[in-house]
Amino acid sequence: MPVVYDRPAMWRYLARRLLLTIPVLVGVATLVFLLIHLVPGDPAQSMLGEGAAPQEVAALRSRLGLDQPLPVQFGRFISGLVRGDLGTSLRTGEPVAASIASRMPATAELAIAAMVVALLIAVPLGVAAAVWKGTFVDHSAMTLALVGISIPNFWLGPMMAILFAIRLGWLPVSGRGTIAHLVLPSVTLGAALAAILARMTRASLLEELRELYVTASRARGASRARAVWCHAFRNSLVPVVTIVGLQFGSLLTGAIITETIFSWPGVGRLLIQSINFRDYPMVQGCILLIAITYVMINLVTDLVYGWLDPRIRLA
Amino acid sequence: MARVGAVIVLMTILAALVGPWVVPYDPADQVLADRLARPSMRHPLGLDELGRDVLSRVLAGARISLLVGLFVVAASAGIGTILGSVAGYYGGWIDELISRIIDILMAFPGILLAIALVAVLGPSLTNVVVALASIGWVGYARLVRGQVLRAREFEFVQAARALGAPVTRVIGLHVLPTVLAAVVVQASLGMAGAIIAEASLSFLGLGVQPPTASWGTMLAGGRAHLLDAPHLTILPGVAIALLVLGFNFLGDGLRDALDPQRPHH
Repeated sequence: MPVVYDRPAMWRYLARRLLLTIPVLVGVATLVFLLIHLVPGDPAQSMLGEGAAPQEVAALRSRLGLDQPLPVQFGRFISGLVRGDLGTSLRTGEPVAASIASRMPATAELAIAAMVVALLIAVPLGVAAAVWKGTFVDHSAMTLALVGISIPNFWLGPMMAILFAIRLGWLPVSGRGTIAHLVLPSVTLGAALAAILARMTRASLLEELRELYVTASRARGASRARAVWCHAFRNSLVPVVTIVGLQFGSLLTGAIITETIFSWPGVGRLLIQSINFRDYPMVQGCILLIAITYVMINLVTDLVYGWLDPRIRLA
Repeated sequence: MARVGAVIVLMTILAALVGPWVVPYDPADQVLADRLARPSMRHPLGLDELGRDVLSRVLAGARISLLVGLFVVAASAGIGTILGSVAGYYGGWIDELISRIIDILMAFPGILLAIALVAVLGPSLTNVVVALASIGWVGYARLVRGQVLRAREFEFVQAARALGAPVTRVIGLHVLPTVLAAVVVQASLGMAGAIIAEASLSFLGLGVQPPTASWGTMLAGGRAHLLDAPHLTILPGVAIALLVLGFNFLGDGLRDALDPQRPHH
């Protein structure tokens, strides 16, 4: 199709999508900035505890700039953000950005492993359900998927820990280091996503199997397996790829719980620890980073989708 | 499947309503001498780490889960439907404003914003509902906006406008009934989402505070006793999974039943 080579349309789509991201990013930053002002009473007092001396509270308030007018505080927050300066942790005294950056690889590793696990479970399950639609295989696979969506990961994690770590002793209960450490957290995090992707794969493949080109290939004498694998399956992957991109962001929030269960040293665990210590600068930093990563992943997904499917960018 | 879902949901509601009258123990009563006791005739689901009856606490937790779900869904659906219909019906700058707010809130994945809000507001049941509703309305607003945009063009809606009916009457009597089915489906699935979200927040220590029984806090309490008392972890988890599955089945079934464009199974 000639539109595939329509570069100006692709550039226009790219520019429009990038421009739409700017107000979203500004909005996200504004919300995260406002968070600290939602703390009931005095945030500085809340961070130091009720017993803190008034001088200490005043000093912290001034250090955080909370004694400045709101617009000035916002200006400082944004300019710091642009420079990559998210303030200092109240608990450790380290720069927030550096602390988060040091935890990022662990979270990324967990999220990628969970995505791989999800795909390894979902694609065969979804394909089997579509190919044997309406049969026992289909019903079992889809019931399994619905159960997978319904089981909370903070239950699945401990259950698998009881079985595989405590009873059977095959895998470590917590921590990070080897591939073995990665198994339980990634399966815990990936299970719900596997369920969503399995349903998606099934629906998408069923739609493709109804297309004329599949019937045509069968009419030309192609085997059913060939029609499914070489024709329908490849095309059915386009919407699945989009969901993979969109759901990757949701893995980041799932990671908050999974990291807490398995003491995985990532950004999610850092966030919960910081909330417990009322380390608000660190809380703001973690939330901001997770939200921005999510926005960026969605942006890339949209762009890839636009590149794969000309109808999107011409819409 | 929808019937199975409805049965699970109704049974849970019934258990939450009459359970506390049937079970002879107070969910907060502690028998420290018998802590972590395995299930027995006197305590069919055993005792927890403080010697409290697990069955009583599971039933009390059902109340919390259902109430949180109900409040969150009612608030989210109410706010979302109003803002979505205003945006869809009026269009223009007000639509632009509401849509941009929706875009920004949608930029936060899952319950991250709820975690952030509870982190600053402080952990409590009320704050959990506030936090979940303040992100929950977005989905309804987007859904209703889209439906209202479509409904606005229907001839009977245009006829009502042409006859000079006031805006509230046009939206309330003519437009909203056409979007109700979609909202009901979303609400059923939303109950499942709210129940998991409440349990997640409580599990993280950001939701319901002890000694109030919540399935999430029960799971958090059971974590330290995976080895010596796995029943503390297994049962509340089964309860959450069952109820969530019930609402998911119900939502899926309602969608098939209420959407004339979807093929019936």
